[in-house]
Formats: sequence, C-alpha cells, structure tokens
Amino acid sequence: MAITLTFENTIIPTDKQGYLLDHLLWQKDLALVMAKNDEFELTEEHWEVINFVRQFYLTYNTSPAIRALTKAMKVEFGEAKASSRYLYKLFPEGPAKQATKYAGLPKPARCI
Amino acid sequence: MTSSDQQVDSNLSQENGLAIINSKAPFSSNYGKDALDVALIFGSFEQKVSLFFQGDGVYQLIANQDASLVSIKDYLKTFSAFEFYDIEDIYVCQQSLVNRQLDEAFHINDVQVLASVEFGKALNRHQHVLRF
Repeated sequence: MAITLTFENTIIPTDKQGYLLDHLLWQKDLALVMAKNDEFELTEEHWEVINFVRQFYLTYNTSPAIRALTKAMKVEFGEAKASSRYLYKLFPEGPAKQATKYAGLPKPARCI
Repeated sequence: MTSSDQQVDSNLSQENGLAIINSKAPFSSNYGKDALDVALIFGSFEQKVSLFFQGDGVYQLIANQDASLVSIKDYLKTFSAFEFYDIEDIYVCQQSLVNRQLDEAFHINDVQVLASVEFGKALNRHQHVLRF
C-alpha cells in the first residue's frame, strides 16, 4: 500500500513503492521522514552509502545496481566497505534498492 | 557433451561474449538508450559485452552534447560509468566518422577507432550480436 509522503505540510509525489518522482525535491530531512515511515533507522554508515549513490546518480544519470555500486565504492572507500556483504548488512532488502530510495532517486531498473 | 567440450564452450563465451551495435543517432529514438540498458544488464551479471558504434551511431560518442536542451534524460552521461560494469571494449567505425566529418573527440576515454576491415574483424570475434 502506498503511503502518502508528507513533508513540511506538503505532499511529496512518489511512486507506489515510495520512491520520489522528482529527485530534485530531495533533502536530508526528507530522507529521515521516508526512513521513519519505513521504520528504518539511518546510521552514519547508511548515510555514507546514500550520499554516494546520490552522487553517482548526479554524475552518471543512472542509479547503480549492486555490482556497479560495490565497484564504484571500492575506489572511494576501499575494499572493506565495497562488499555486497557489508552493504546487505546495512540494507537487508537490497542495497541498491533501499539506498536509492532514501537518496530520493528512481528505483533502479536493473534491480537487485 | 563431454566435460572438455563444456570447458571449451565456457572459454569461448568468456572471450567472445556479446557485441552490441549502435547504429542510430542519440535522442531521436530509444534505440541508443535500449542498447545501453542491455549493455548494463549484461555488465551487472558479469557477462562480457563489447560496444560497436557505426553509421549515425557514432554520434552517441561525440563530446559536448546536452540532451537537457531537448528535455530528454541524457543517457550519454552514463557511458562514463562503463568501468563499473566492466565494459572496456568500445569500437567505433572510422569510415562512419569520416563520412560525417566528425573528429575523434569523444566524451569517454578508451574508444578504439577502427578501419572498416578491422571493425568487421572485431565484430566477428563475438558469438552473439545485437543491433540497435
């Protein structure tokens, strides 16, 4: 069921799964509201990935699927944080899927 | 099939993989974006994929284009992310560039410009070919 996303008394348009329809409406506080609606807690480690995914999208105009995400993160954060094991620990429902949501991006088409 | 046959088969597919031919200009149709999506899916699943650009497809590699001017999502920006999908073999047909009076000023690195014969040979090394 879609839940209406309300932020600062405005309704933010999302798709059925809660992904923003306009990524430009994203801001950090909105991500906190989205996570709260999902009863999902965002730690510093989560933010590292969320910010990275958002930067990836702004640079390459596409949301990275898991393999590309780990490869790209390796360059930035080193081997330890660039494993799908690490990412799945943070985002059990699928790192690319969950991180893009809180980063305000469209759901990756090539999704795992 | 014997086990040694299987070995040969898997070697072949690793060496040859999939070739995607891009023959259409960007933005006027969905061909280029569709080809990109297929390439990224193969890359995501560690399948080897090579990209070939010929005919009007060479326009997809030319630098300094801005799709936002025509209100289209600029999928060409995604080409810069190829390294994260292990897409390393990118070939462009020299004759197609010459015919269109285009310089070899590409928006991504590591593009290999090949004469027609070499271009054909490179394509021939692939087991499967998709044309967009």
